[in-house]
Amino acid sequence: MTYEDWSHFAQNWGTVYFVAIFATALGYALWPRNGAAFRRAARLPISEKEGSDDRPLA
Amino acid sequence: MSASVSREQSLDSSAVGVGLVLLAVLILAVNGAAHAVDWAFRAHAWMFVIAAFAGIAGLWLWHEDSWGRPRFDATEYEDGIIKAGIAATMFWGIAGFTVGLLIALQLTWPNLFYFPDLGWTNFGRLRPLHTSAVIFAFGGNALIATSFYVVQRTCRTRLAGGIWPWFVFWGYQLFIVIAGTGYLMGVTQSKEYAEPEWYADIWLTIVWVAYLAVFMATILRRKEPHIYVANWFYLAFIVTIALLHVVNNISLPASLAGAKSYAASSGVQSALIQWWYGHNAVGFFLTAGFLAMVYYFIPKRVERPVWSYRLSIVHFWSLIFIYIWAGPHHLHYTALPQWAQTLGMTFSIMLWMPSWGGMINGLMTLSGAWDKLRTDPVVRMLVVSVAFYGMATFEGPAMSIREVNALSHYTDWGIGHVHSGALGWVGFVTFGAMYCLTQWLWKREKLYSNAMVEWHFWIATIGIVLYITSMWVSGIMEGLMWRAYNEFGFLEYSFVETVSAKHISYIIRALGGGLYLSGALIMIYNLVRTARGDVPADERKRIPAAPVLQPAE
Repeated sequence: MTYEDWSHFAQNWGTVYFVAIFATALGYALWPRNGAAFRRAARLPISEKEGSDDRPLA
Repeated sequence: MSASVSREQSLDSSAVGVGLVLLAVLILAVNGAAHAVDWAFRAHAWMFVIAAFAGIAGLWLWHEDSWGRPRFDATEYEDGIIKAGIAATMFWGIAGFTVGLLIALQLTWPNLFYFPDLGWTNFGRLRPLHTSAVIFAFGGNALIATSFYVVQRTCRTRLAGGIWPWFVFWGYQLFIVIAGTGYLMGVTQSKEYAEPEWYADIWLTIVWVAYLAVFMATILRRKEPHIYVANWFYLAFIVTIALLHVVNNISLPASLAGAKSYAASSGVQSALIQWWYGHNAVGFFLTAGFLAMVYYFIPKRVERPVWSYRLSIVHFWSLIFIYIWAGPHHLHYTALPQWAQTLGMTFSIMLWMPSWGGMINGLMTLSGAWDKLRTDPVVRMLVVSVAFYGMATFEGPAMSIREVNALSHYTDWGIGHVHSGALGWVGFVTFGAMYCLTQWLWKREKLYSNAMVEWHFWIATIGIVLYITSMWVSGIMEGLMWRAYNEFGFLEYSFVETVSAKHISYIIRALGGGLYLSGALIMIYNLVRTARGDVPADERKRIPAAPVLQPAE
């Protein structure tokens, strides 16, 4: 494979790869069924669960 | 005590592991010291000997002292290492800011601050000492300390790995000392932000793999099903830095008992790898890890949930997948193929979106708690940090555009840009996190003095503004002067004329750096008093010892 072939391959398939990755991340983030878990996770640093700041869960 | 308990507690496996690593280092270092081919390598071999010996002795004493007691209580968090991390962060911060001020003064008044008899204080030696001290020593210790705090709290489990976290902590300090003393002795690979030579690189690799293992093992034994977004950012930072560090430092030592090595790649390949490393040191060391702090300390301090957790996920994945390609913007107008330069530029511009998404998410987390901006100076510090993040990540993509870069590259504009990121974004979020951690870990109602945090905030903010505005002026001015032609087609200015034109800007920059350092000194005083549990004198007076009787009217 020549340098031209390599750069052609990288430039074209790189675009496809990035669109696929971004679509996957966006799909995961916006999937309606994940909503409840995300709403809970957003409160994770401030949740009062069993003295989470002072002691680990048993 | 029952036999089973004492057997369980007789020999700690993590201590044996750390002890074996230190023993291997001791043997290699003694050999290195005996056969050293240059004095700098001998000095470093002796430092390794002393450190390994001290480590083994300390490990032994601790192991004997804790005999028969539970060494790692799973019902307690490991907080000692975080307290040590706060101290290390502030110590190296002051060291790094001081050296930065010194080299700013050297550039401003070279007649006063150039010491011909002390070659090791030359600008060329002190400049990497400053950059490494603030990025890797100050920033790195802040990252290790906060990551160990956040991963424990959000996984609701004790730090894994027994004594290995302490190996990571002390091993990292040793790397800093080896790197820093190396610069002063003239030991360098001459790669920006990757100056330490091959043996220091190998040592950092060992420490970093241990760091990754401790962090991963803690996540794996989490009591909380969801892995919180801050941990994703920390993990991306740790994994990517491991990869960058190893690939950029592949080299062949000239001697196994000497400091000098030669890079495996050369020419434009070497340059591309170096700036792939260099820009991702910014993207992952100075951004991803500090974004993790934003996603933990801002919600925690203002007691509000993350504004949009969905946005935080898109922020994370798009940031890490785009950042890794931005490096070639450091190589505009070089031998790097044009399309690769354009790729670096394009990805840098695309970074606007995740960066600003993250900034908006951080700022909007204050929804419903905006009053805390007025009442809590620590919150203000964190929020101004995010604002500087937004500003620096707006400026960076603009500077990566080839035509803008033609003006900005190699000028003070670049210096101003990195300092709006380093002082404003990284520095302020670290200060905010350290104020929070000191108050929380020493279990104080509040900090010793909020007024001192106000002073710190305003002094440091004015310092940053002086710094970056003076560098904009001097950078754009010298960029324009370098490209100015006269009517005969000759360059209008000699180089030295562009240097002397910057003198005023350099005075203002040094003043800004001095203010920033002063603010950090106020902070250290405040943190020490907070940790000691002191109460200011005027507050003690306000609490009357006993009710005072008033005459009836």
